[in-house]
Amino acid sequence: MLPVGEAMKIQTIVDLLHADVLCGGDRLESEVHSACGSDMMSDVLAYVKEQAVLLTGLVNPQVIRTAMMMDMRCIVFVRGKTPSDEMIALADEGGIVLLSSEERMYVACGKLYAGGLAGDGEDV
Amino acid sequence: MSEALKYHFTVVGGDFTSAGKASVNVKKLLRQLGIAPDVIRRIAIAMYEGEINMVIHANGGTADLEIYDDRIVIILADTGPGIPDVGLAMQEGYSTAPDNIRSLGFGAGMGLPNMKRYTDEMKIDTEVGVGTTVTMTINL
Repeated sequence: MLPVGEAMKIQTIVDLLHADVLCGGDRLESEVHSACGSDMMSDVLAYVKEQAVLLTGLVNPQVIRTAMMMDMRCIVFVRGKTPSDEMIALADEGGIVLLSSEERMYVACGKLYAGGLAGDGEDV
Repeated sequence: MSEALKYHFTVVGGDFTSAGKASVNVKKLLRQLGIAPDVIRRIAIAMYEGEINMVIHANGGTADLEIYDDRIVIILADTGPGIPDVGLAMQEGYSTAPDNIRSLGFGAGMGLPNMKRYTDEMKIDTEVGVGTTVTMTINL
């Protein structure tokens, strides 16, 4: 396994997950330091501190708003889920990069972790 | 500033997809006022959870924001069904939200506990059949 805890460019996430970029294509060079995967937004709001990437299988506008409240930079929709145009516009306005990947949640999280992206608050 | 800056927002009930709009606006407003980013995030999350609660349980309500020199106060008021047992409602994992709300990513029984977690003080005034007012204070 590669060293965990390094900063990762959003472009690397796109590559690792073979993801489609739905919005924010001009921000793929920005770096993120952590991620979390959840379909429960209340759990995201409860336990996440400095998360920059949210992986989720949930598709509704509250996913975008949750990410906005947390100052997250990127959302990855797993299992090939695609948000509505309204959600994409909301994310774009909030400066959040939206990605869609065919990977399932477990595999998507595993690939990012193995690629060096830590979870919440990990001291690596 | 000598007097509090006060802002009033309406939280529209019955429309879950638009829930959170007031919190997004408050976040923008606080950013314009130059409030510290970590304080903004705490306020935004607490208010967002409260707003979601009002949409789920009380068909909406009002949100008032008061900014003082040393603190920010958020007052969320509704005329919903009230909370019969506040102690129970404050327990993590306890929820009376319907299943369709859970499928939308909320209703995990984390709303009120999260609001308390992110604020320095939280007071709940509630009466069954009359409504609920939650007052949250965050020190600056």
